[in-house]
Amino acid sequence: MSDQDITFTIDGVEITAKPGQTIMEAADEAGIYIPRLCDHEGLRHQGGCRVCTVKANGRSVAACTQPAAAGIAVENENTHVNKMRRDLVEMLFHEGNHLCPICEASGNCELQAMAYRLEMVDPTRFPYLEPCRAVDASHPDIALDTNRCISCGRCIRASKDVDGKGVFGYVGRGIHRRVAVNGEDLAHTDADAADHAMSDEVCPVGCIIRKRVGFVTPIGEREFDKGLIGYEIEGKRRG
Amino acid sequence: MAEPRKARIATTSLAGCFGCHMAILDIDERLIELMKLVEIDRSPLTDIKRFTQRCDIGIIEGGCCNEENVHVLRDFRRNCDVLIAIGQCAIMGGLPVMRNAIMHSDAPLRECLEEAYITGRYIRNTTHDIPNDPALPLLLDEVYPCSEVVEIDYQIPGCAPTGDVIYETLTSLLAGKFHGFDRMHIKFD
Repeated sequence: MSDQDITFTIDGVEITAKPGQTIMEAADEAGIYIPRLCDHEGLRHQGGCRVCTVKANGRSVAACTQPAAAGIAVENENTHVNKMRRDLVEMLFHEGNHLCPICEASGNCELQAMAYRLEMVDPTRFPYLEPCRAVDASHPDIALDTNRCISCGRCIRASKDVDGKGVFGYVGRGIHRRVAVNGEDLAHTDADAADHAMSDEVCPVGCIIRKRVGFVTPIGEREFDKGLIGYEIEGKRRG
Repeated sequence: MAEPRKARIATTSLAGCFGCHMAILDIDERLIELMKLVEIDRSPLTDIKRFTQRCDIGIIEGGCCNEENVHVLRDFRRNCDVLIAIGQCAIMGGLPVMRNAIMHSDAPLRECLEEAYITGRYIRNTTHDIPNDPALPLLLDEVYPCSEVVEIDYQIPGCAPTGDVIYETLTSLLAGKFHGFDRMHIKFD
């Protein structure tokens, strides 16, 4: 711990952060998991999905973009905060067409895993929007099923910042804001299956699909069959 | 001493594949323990077609894709104290709900039926008709999850839920001790 380090608390546990670190970065290092969907290690923070909402001194802030400040009291795991997160995740399920039983990402899907973690099991109070969205299977190695897109923008940032390409971008405004490809279809972009943006870790759902690998790992032996989402971060603390 | 009254359970499969009923049978030998606690009223498992008396628990598999599904579901709501939607089809429409939106069409139901009976490449339908016998239940414009039609008290997610989850949920509900699922056992697939 250097002189400049700051200390604050998350759910009463004292945390040390380096200057400039966000609440989430400091929490990750300390082995405290804050749920997130649009944030991903190695990508710029966006603060878009708000699933990482925490209460900092009583105010709702996005933990992935909010800088840690000395002495703040952060509430992460409590009924009120988790209910807000659950409602956000539930609305994401309603905004697209998320049919887990037919989705090849089931078990590896962060949206689904977040619903498990946040116990999204009660009868819904929201209508299903059931949008009609096309599948883009034009590319020889990659397919896009935008029915499952949650507009987190991880592919946009990965393509732009890591691959230096810009295959994806946002179009539209408000509820019509969508992720689109920069071209007629995916085959008419410089997308490549080896891009970081196309890797299975960047798309949190089953929207970006690499062809011919779908069920190599069977349902029941997938990432979130090993533990609740966030188990790796939480494991640091126990270890 | 008189034996305590057994709880009455009714079950039905609406727009489902009967997989959830198979999962109920996956309780395996614990069915013997369960049957000490319950009696099964109307159900495909007993082949009883109508409610013989009021039931404590109604278990619904599948969502509503036709008017008969709606009729049966409302009948269950009227005759059961607690209604449980079991499986993704009952909870959010499941596979049948694909016909609502993934057809890129203004009239998805018509397009779905035309492809299934007339234009599909592998169809052998000599009459070239979409079935329209008056005895067939009228299809709804869309497939609806159960909670959009009646009030649902509990949901057991899964496609299908495991026999373990069904057994645990039913026995803890009957004991008045149900406080949600173990998060590691919540599955939507």
